[in-house]
Amino acid sequence: MKKILGCAAAMVMAATTAQADVPESDEPIKFMIGDWTSIALQAEIMQIILQTYGYNTETVAADDSGRYPGFEAGDLHVAMETWETTQKQNLAKSLATGKVLDMGETGLKGLEDWWFPTYMKDQCPGLPDWEALKTCGEVFATADTAPKGRYVGGPVTWGGLDEERIEALGLPFEVIHPGTDAAMFAELKAAYERQAPIMLWVWEPHWAPSLYDGEFVQFPAYEDACYEDPSWGVNPDKIADCGKPRGWIKKMAWAGGEEVWPCAYEMVRNYEMDNATLSALLAEVDLEGRDMNEVATEWLMENRSTWEPWAACAQS
Amino acid sequence: MADTTTVSPSAGPGTGLVLGLAALFVAVLGLFGPDWLRVPPDWLVWPVSDVVGDGLTWFAREAQIAGMAVQDITRGMAAVVNAPIEAAVIALSEGLFSGRGLNRAQSVPPLSWLAIVGAVAIVAFRLGGRRLCLTVSIGLGFLVVFGLWAEAMVTLASVLVSIVMTCALGLCIGICSFRSDRVEAVVRGIMNVMQTLPIFAYLIPTLLLFGYGPAAALIATVAYALPPMVHNTVLALKTVPNELVECGHVAGCTNRQLLWQVQLPASLAGIAVGLNQAIMMTLNMVIIASMIGAGGLGFEVLTALRKLDIGVGLEAGMGIVALAVVLDRISQAWARRAAEGGRRRPGQRPLWILVPAWLVLATVVAFLWEPAQTWPKDWAISTASFWNGLVSWMNRELYESLEAFRAFVLLNIMRPFRDALALMPWSLGAGLIAIIAYWMGGARVALYCAALMMFIVVTGFWAPAMNSVYLMTIAVFLALLFGFPIGFWLASRPALRNPANLMLDTLQTLPTLVYLLPAVMLFRIGDVSAIIAIFLYAIAPAIRYSMIGISQVPHARLEAAAITGCNRWQTLIFIRLPAAVPTLLLGINQTIMMAFSMLVIAALVGTKDLGQQVLIALNRSIVGQGIVAGLCLAALALVADALLKAAAKRAEAQP
Repeated sequence: MKKILGCAAAMVMAATTAQADVPESDEPIKFMIGDWTSIALQAEIMQIILQTYGYNTETVAADDSGRYPGFEAGDLHVAMETWETTQKQNLAKSLATGKVLDMGETGLKGLEDWWFPTYMKDQCPGLPDWEALKTCGEVFATADTAPKGRYVGGPVTWGGLDEERIEALGLPFEVIHPGTDAAMFAELKAAYERQAPIMLWVWEPHWAPSLYDGEFVQFPAYEDACYEDPSWGVNPDKIADCGKPRGWIKKMAWAGGEEVWPCAYEMVRNYEMDNATLSALLAEVDLEGRDMNEVATEWLMENRSTWEPWAACAQS
Repeated sequence: MADTTTVSPSAGPGTGLVLGLAALFVAVLGLFGPDWLRVPPDWLVWPVSDVVGDGLTWFAREAQIAGMAVQDITRGMAAVVNAPIEAAVIALSEGLFSGRGLNRAQSVPPLSWLAIVGAVAIVAFRLGGRRLCLTVSIGLGFLVVFGLWAEAMVTLASVLVSIVMTCALGLCIGICSFRSDRVEAVVRGIMNVMQTLPIFAYLIPTLLLFGYGPAAALIATVAYALPPMVHNTVLALKTVPNELVECGHVAGCTNRQLLWQVQLPASLAGIAVGLNQAIMMTLNMVIIASMIGAGGLGFEVLTALRKLDIGVGLEAGMGIVALAVVLDRISQAWARRAAEGGRRRPGQRPLWILVPAWLVLATVVAFLWEPAQTWPKDWAISTASFWNGLVSWMNRELYESLEAFRAFVLLNIMRPFRDALALMPWSLGAGLIAIIAYWMGGARVALYCAALMMFIVVTGFWAPAMNSVYLMTIAVFLALLFGFPIGFWLASRPALRNPANLMLDTLQTLPTLVYLLPAVMLFRIGDVSAIIAIFLYAIAPAIRYSMIGISQVPHARLEAAAITGCNRWQTLIFIRLPAAVPTLLLGINQTIMMAFSMLVIAALVGTKDLGQQVLIALNRSIVGQGIVAGLCLAALALVADALLKAAAKRAEAQP
């Protein structure tokens, strides 16, 4: 995708002249993209900035949890998103090797939990409070899970402790694991079109909550103790009697790159984004079907005052 | 394996009774015997995955060959492989750029669509006349008009490079194993495992060795497409008539001359079959390759489907089909011509003048008239909204009845069958397989099958393996139930042969995800959707082989049947079917193989089988688990293959 697009006309605008000592190296900086849109879009934005100052960049597709060997070996250099909600432990383990760098928070807040369309409030009064679910199993049931409700969780590899949550909170639900996120949203789309019952794992920033009208279930708020200490929370004998953790989305990088492209790394550290802006850009890409390069370029052209300070080291 | 040794090796009329008793014994032992015969106990499950994983990681990270780190060698290979892909991408799709980031501007455009379509059409006309020229132009024209050209050319670039590599490697390996029986035995064993090993299983080792990016994708693709190329090369070289070879000897050929000037040219037609299969399998890999950095049409399909834009995904998927059909039909025409010793007719200009002349002309046109370089976005047509609407309509209107059907099938047929297989003691499963193998093929086959089943037991994948068996059995049964009658029906209608072949090629190269997601929308996440996906993919060989088998019955027999006054049904049942048995068995074999290769993809909708184990290993980067779970799938496939081969031999022995 990255280079193909007809950027020619749009790009011959006011050239930002690069300093003689930047880029430090012509070696390509490899950006990891995963299987969701926002990481690719943010990588696109960061890459266009770096390229404008003369850096050579590439995108490489890798798996969310499978990325760490690549970063430790120097096959992958920069990732724009590492979610506290799912990658906290993995990142900590990888940082401990000393081969990977924490490049700071993006400013985005990751949020994920059980989610339902608003029309379900009629059939299960009391939502979004989680206690309502205790009596709503049948409402969300299908023939194969009845009398329990059907809850579409994430792929097994995402973790999330949903089986434990159901048991700890005494919810009449059964977890169904798809193999990929696309299958989850296929079920959501199908149910939404028919205004049929559905309960599934959704996260933000993502296009689905902006396209479909719905809410997150309000579980007891997450604390570290909830996942570690059984005595915490409403169920004194079990862990996971709370909602899912919400939290930062960080950038990460290969440690060896610090010596190769110090200024580029500085720019990546300075990069910031907020949920509202990113959601709007994601909607352009996912819902309007616009080209990622085009959307990123447009945003960069209109917001020079935002990102040019990030590149101070290249302008001095 | 205690159970297999209970089988008496005696032959003759008593064998059936002995085998029946053995089966009964195994069943009683499994059902009422000690616990460890039911669920594989800890001491029987060895940490194979860990050992394999550690070994591979060591090999990729630390091992040295002659003072050079293996990692450096493989990375060097990746760089070498990358060069031709990049050159092809520049020529076909991207051209050259100056400046970077916001200052980027195109300095040299790539070859225009007009140039490429025209050049391919000229070649097609020379090879296959007006018909082929028209087919090819429609295929490529589809890519232009639907605005898929740029992506298609990225895919074409990597596909071309990997097909060339597959061909070269396949020929080399094929020639080596043709020359030495010992090499051939080893190569055949490796190729059989490679063919059944799901690609996801060796993706992580490939990434470890070659790094993320197009080179790794290309190497994985070549590994996937290599077996049919090797098999067909060996087969073709072996079937060169002896007279020809002797003729070469008499003329005083050296060994090398004999190979290049006699044997290879004479076996071109057979090698072309391998090439054809290699092309189909390479395009089949486009989606998976795009997951690890190959880009192009595969990436387009993935991103569209991730947004549930089923229409756009379908169009991009049809783009892959169009490329497959164009490459396949051209290579077939080339092989036909080469086998006939085709030469340019007098008065025809040679292609090496015509094609470059056209390229220059088209480039000038494209320079003067922009739309000939890049098809304008506004001119692109799309049927995506129609398909999206159709799926939504089906979802709203048909859901009720489909859900009732799903619930019935799931609760009354699939679940009980699954649970029965899950409860079956491993000793009973492995023992029965061994007994059946002995009955069909004797002690060697029995030992081979038993060893494969034990591999699954000791690696600790017995339970997911039984889940795979359950999905496979239902999907294959359905594929044969519907595929064979369709094939029989098509066999008696030659007029439908061409459209049918096009349909089958489409089923085999259209990315499965394109129909997997609509299936999920209508049948929810779970085994029903998975089986539908496997079924749709595996029905193609069932139809193809039954069609071929039934229509190849010798004429004399049919005439004899007509004379004795057989009606159509009698002819089918008493004449055509028996004569077609060997081909039908091959068809069953291929149906099973295809179904196995789909298990990992079906895991994307959430199964609990070996495919899911492979997928989990891939997501978590657990090298050993991926490979070993993949090998277990291969073991199941090899067992099925061995049983069928034994059955085929029996069928041939008693006509």
